[in-house]
Amino acid sequence: MDIYAENILDHFRNPRNCGEISDATVDHKEENIECGDDLRLYLKIENEKITNAKWEGKGCAISQASMSILSEELTGMSTEDAEKMTKEDIYELLGVPIGPRRFKCALIGLHALKNALLKTNEKELQSWAKTIEMNNV
Amino acid sequence: MEKNIDISGIRAQFPIFRDSSLVYLDSAATAQKPQCVIDAENNFYENENASVKRGMYKLAERATEEFESAREKVKSFIGAKSDHEIIFTKSATESINLVARCQGEKFLKKGDTVLLSILEHHSNIVPWMQLKERIGINIEWVHLKNGELDIEELKSKIAEFNPKLVTITCASNVTGILTPYKEIISLAHSAGAKILLDAAQLVPHRGINVQDIDCDFLVFSGHKVYGPTGIGVLYGKEKLLEDMPAFLGGGSMIQEVTEEGFLETHLPDKFEAGTPPIAQAIGLGAAIDWISDIGWKAIEKHEEELRKYAFDKLSEIEFVEILPFDAVYPEQSRRTQDDMHIGCVSFITKEIHPHDLTEYLGSKGICLRAGHHCAQPLHKYLGHTASTRMSLGIYNSKEDIDKMCEAIAEAYEFFLGKSYK
Repeated sequence: MDIYAENILDHFRNPRNCGEISDATVDHKEENIECGDDLRLYLKIENEKITNAKWEGKGCAISQASMSILSEELTGMSTEDAEKMTKEDIYELLGVPIGPRRFKCALIGLHALKNALLKTNEKELQSWAKTIEMNNV
Repeated sequence: MEKNIDISGIRAQFPIFRDSSLVYLDSAATAQKPQCVIDAENNFYENENASVKRGMYKLAERATEEFESAREKVKSFIGAKSDHEIIFTKSATESINLVARCQGEKFLKKGDTVLLSILEHHSNIVPWMQLKERIGINIEWVHLKNGELDIEELKSKIAEFNPKLVTITCASNVTGILTPYKEIISLAHSAGAKILLDAAQLVPHRGINVQDIDCDFLVFSGHKVYGPTGIGVLYGKEKLLEDMPAFLGGGSMIQEVTEEGFLETHLPDKFEAGTPPIAQAIGLGAAIDWISDIGWKAIEKHEEELRKYAFDKLSEIEFVEILPFDAVYPEQSRRTQDDMHIGCVSFITKEIHPHDLTEYLGSKGICLRAGHHCAQPLHKYLGHTASTRMSLGIYNSKEDIDKMCEAIAEAYEFFLGKSYK
């Protein structure tokens, strides 16, 4: 099956960076109500760098694998780079074709990231529609 | 003499099953169409197409005859008294909206209660919520007990809230269990309430007689009963429909239009504004003929056997939990529910998300449905966001069930990297 490539299955069976950060700079929860995916993202940010990223969640294989794969990228990333991440970046990381039925599953991690970062800057959170629409600048 | 269903004979009548690898277990979403239904629609377009109820030439007269003959077939199919009581809409959903708007807005007022069940499909929930937004009616809910509609709760809600309307599905599109709708009609009428039955899931599997059961309104969709998409039925008692204002405004539903206003026409045209779905109605008529030809006895016998087989095979898979029994009432025996069941089974597994499982099955040509099945309140009540649903149609066989169960076991290995046994 195209969508369930080895890397997806591997991250689903052995998700990386699961857990919480007790002294997190920010934690933010997002849901994909249609699918029943939810996740809480914890970020430790020091000197405008994400020094630690952990998450807890439940949901379909795509959502869990996607967050697991994203979490590996986040550790050590500057907040500036994290803020610039797009849905295309996620699809590239996943390396599998995500169709219209599953894109919310694939993007829940990105959505949580966007809103976690907006939270740290005390800005208004963005909607799903915004996360899904964003393209490479 | 009891006819037995010859599965290969039935399947051969459905062009879609020329692809013999297709295992279609999603008939609760939409049913496949036998060639005769497809032919009926095509024949109309090829040989009889004209607008109905107007036109003074043979073709138009013929089209009108065919259209009204389809109405007669629907009338006989559900045992209605008069064809004035059969309104063609585009779907069961539209039919319910019609009642909510035309019966609801005229006869209900702020504070009046409409009673729903937690089993309802969104089509029998949202129009009442919209009515609540528009005129401030009160909505009350009846929940489940041991997986079935809680009749005691229904009685107490009726006593407490004195509902003006009770609107209930005949069978759940998630659990597949029939509601005791005959008893509910009686209870509703004793309390002076009207009753609407959503028969969308029932009519492909069981006969129904609206006069015998004395329901006030009944709805169903053509595409679930082996007919075309885009055609639905509203049955309403003649007196009730007469007292209701029209739904959509336009041509056909008027006697007269002037610069000052309009006069509605008689039933059933009053509720059929514009050019109706003529070809689709004729297709539905053909589907009804086809089912009647096979007969309910043969259909029910075949489906009962298949249903029991499906339950048995699914129960053998340890990590599968069938809703609502395993999820909520583990001590209940499924077998006792067989006769009150339409062969629609929803299940979950702890280890695999329904969307993943169903996607995996789909990749093997096994068609099930994943999600909330337009019944979010029911899923929330049962404690789940989504489930995988298998639903039987007349063309399914034990082989289909075997392939599905095999693939479910494979899916476990695929996603978890180990065998479940």
